[in-house]
Amino acid sequence: MPGPVQSIERAAAILRLLARGSGRLGVGEIATSLGLAKGTTHGILRTLQGVGFVEQDKASGKYQLGATLLHLGTSYLDINELRSRAINWADALASRSGEAVMIGTLLDGKVLIVHHVFRPDDSLQALVVGALQPLHATALGKVLLAYDTQAAAALRESVPEQLTRRTLVTPTALNREIARIREQGWAAEAEESTLGHASIAAPIRGYGGLVVGAISVAGAVDRLFPSGGHPEPTLVEFVQNAAQMISRDLGAGRW
Amino acid sequence: MVAHFVMSIDQGTTSTRCILFDRGGRLVSVAQREHKQYFPKPGWVEHDAAEIWRNLEHLAPEALAKVGVSAAQVAAVGIANQRETTVVWDRHTGHPLGRAIVWQDTRTDAMVTEYARRPDAAIVQEHSGLPLATYFSAPRIRWMLDHTPGLRERAERGEVLFGTMESWLIWNLTGGVDGGVHVTDVTNASRTMLMNIKTLDWDPELLEFFGVPAAMLPQIRSSSEVYGTADRALPGVRIAAALGDQQAALFGQTCFARGEAKCTYGTGSFLLLNTGDTPVHSTHGLLTTVGYRIGTEPAVYALEGSIAVTGSLVQWFRDSLGLISTAPEIETLARSVEDNGGCYIVPAFSGLYAPHWRSEARGIIVGLTSYITKGHLARAVLEATGWQTREVVDAMNADSGLALTTLKVDGGMTSDNLLMQFIADVLAAPVVRPMVAETVSLGAAYAAGLAVGYWPDLDGLRRNWHRAAQWTPSMDPARRDSEYANWHRAVERTFDWLQPAPDTSG
Repeated sequence: MPGPVQSIERAAAILRLLARGSGRLGVGEIATSLGLAKGTTHGILRTLQGVGFVEQDKASGKYQLGATLLHLGTSYLDINELRSRAINWADALASRSGEAVMIGTLLDGKVLIVHHVFRPDDSLQALVVGALQPLHATALGKVLLAYDTQAAAALRESVPEQLTRRTLVTPTALNREIARIREQGWAAEAEESTLGHASIAAPIRGYGGLVVGAISVAGAVDRLFPSGGHPEPTLVEFVQNAAQMISRDLGAGRW
Repeated sequence: MVAHFVMSIDQGTTSTRCILFDRGGRLVSVAQREHKQYFPKPGWVEHDAAEIWRNLEHLAPEALAKVGVSAAQVAAVGIANQRETTVVWDRHTGHPLGRAIVWQDTRTDAMVTEYARRPDAAIVQEHSGLPLATYFSAPRIRWMLDHTPGLRERAERGEVLFGTMESWLIWNLTGGVDGGVHVTDVTNASRTMLMNIKTLDWDPELLEFFGVPAAMLPQIRSSSEVYGTADRALPGVRIAAALGDQQAALFGQTCFARGEAKCTYGTGSFLLLNTGDTPVHSTHGLLTTVGYRIGTEPAVYALEGSIAVTGSLVQWFRDSLGLISTAPEIETLARSVEDNGGCYIVPAFSGLYAPHWRSEARGIIVGLTSYITKGHLARAVLEATGWQTREVVDAMNADSGLALTTLKVDGGMTSDNLLMQFIADVLAAPVVRPMVAETVSLGAAYAAGLAVGYWPDLDGLRRNWHRAAQWTPSMDPARRDSEYANWHRAVERTFDWLQPAPDTSG
């Protein structure tokens, strides 16, 4: 376990100092109060400003707490807002891939389906919006696990259900899978939740790059995994592309 | 170079958008810019037509640049536009004369009341298919002629041109003062109140009735044909379609057969039913309008049910009441309760449109008790859209003698699952959303692509239509009936709210 990171401790001290005072503080005042070099203080302030935690008054050049910091605890994305922002790109993904598209978010250790686009073959299909799916056995769920350490920790303490012969249930297998998803930036599963069924998913990022949900294509295993062992690369590309377009619209910046 | 794409221009009430579509009707690139809304007096709504043209000059190249496409790869461009908005400009300078008067503007209220008193007023509905209302263009043209010194004389000499937004944009795209083409299409012309709904030409009696000089009017063309080639914004690209936005949505939903209908849920909502090659006269408060006309084929007519306030009620709930921070959150709030708690909202903000056409009605919230929470109000907001749809569908069924079996929907509000389920419940019919929710833009692209052979025929377009979602009715019929009866009682309570202003002249 590495020790505390000095610059983060210093940043926290600066934030506490700004929160305590009623007015704004200049770089010099902050540096003197905390016994730091002015250059170091300036560097930390610039970084905090970059993430929106502090703001600089244009006229006086002094610093104060930023609006982003004040809304930190409440900056969630409403699921109906997510659907509304994603709907065009989800349609385009269904149209390009020829498969059904789902968007899911995390809810009490499950995947909540917040949007569903039918497979574009005009066959009889039923909307599954509002359904809950297992985190450990769907591509949507595995993406959400990979980017939410609390959910991943909670899963390790439970006993994941063995839904098919292929479901990943051991901590070792799940940890390896999560590491791989983080590295490649997408997830896939073939018959891990339902026989004959497969899915491919990628993360949707909101403001600042935070993962707010995942988008997937879902369908028959022989179409999604035509070669058996690996998902169809063009489908993976379509899913990642759609996830990026939605993330860009949600203000995820460089993601 | 092979043409890979078709572009659509959606010149809407709040923004202009350029969208590129591929041969599968899939959205490839979007560029959008809002324009300023001017509210100089209560009831007045204006746009700066020059600003809208400048926006288009930027947006068209931007949509291409986003995906690295050149104008040479665009087979054609089609325009869908806000309807009835009235632009008048100088043929020689190219400058708009005053701001455009927008479809929501009610400044012609008193003028329209006067017109309605005239003994020959019946010819308006008879010839144009439209009821006398501030909603349409003719009274606005007259208002401009009456309030701008010298304008009438200049209009009679042909120095001044009138158009709805598509005419203004086509004229500018094709060169403006240097040989710009002055045309409109049948669907837009059918909303001016000056076109004869049967002959599809300017009606001399209507021109006489409203006192509008023929010299200022554009030539009426079909909705899908090449009007000219752009030499600005999209140099070299053929301009091959124009439709009013709601007619474009009908086309984008591929409602090509008699009896097929769609409803677009936006600021207001508009239900259009294809009635084939004969105009159906409504006795239940619907408009008779042209659906589309392809090249030299016979025009296809539609019955239209226009609902003034649907999405804008959600915006009011957000901006004026501040009970939600984004429009989609209305669903989250509405789902926090089981039902409306006995509360109904009738959003007659500027009177009621179809099927009532009561300009003196004003909005109400009824059934308030101490039990009502903001959750119930949110339900009532969404249900208002559902019941208004039901009223229009009932009128459609009565006028057309057909019973609507499925409703195709599109527009921003279709992302609201609670609302879509409610509409299916109150109509007792399935509600279906197509794969491309942007049907207004898609319709304009389809009509343009069809004109230049990018798509071979209507059947090819139909094959591009796929069901993206379907909501099946599940409401108990007894509950549906009692709720609808409550809604009717709520609507009746909005009538006669506005009293005629006391006569101060004498």
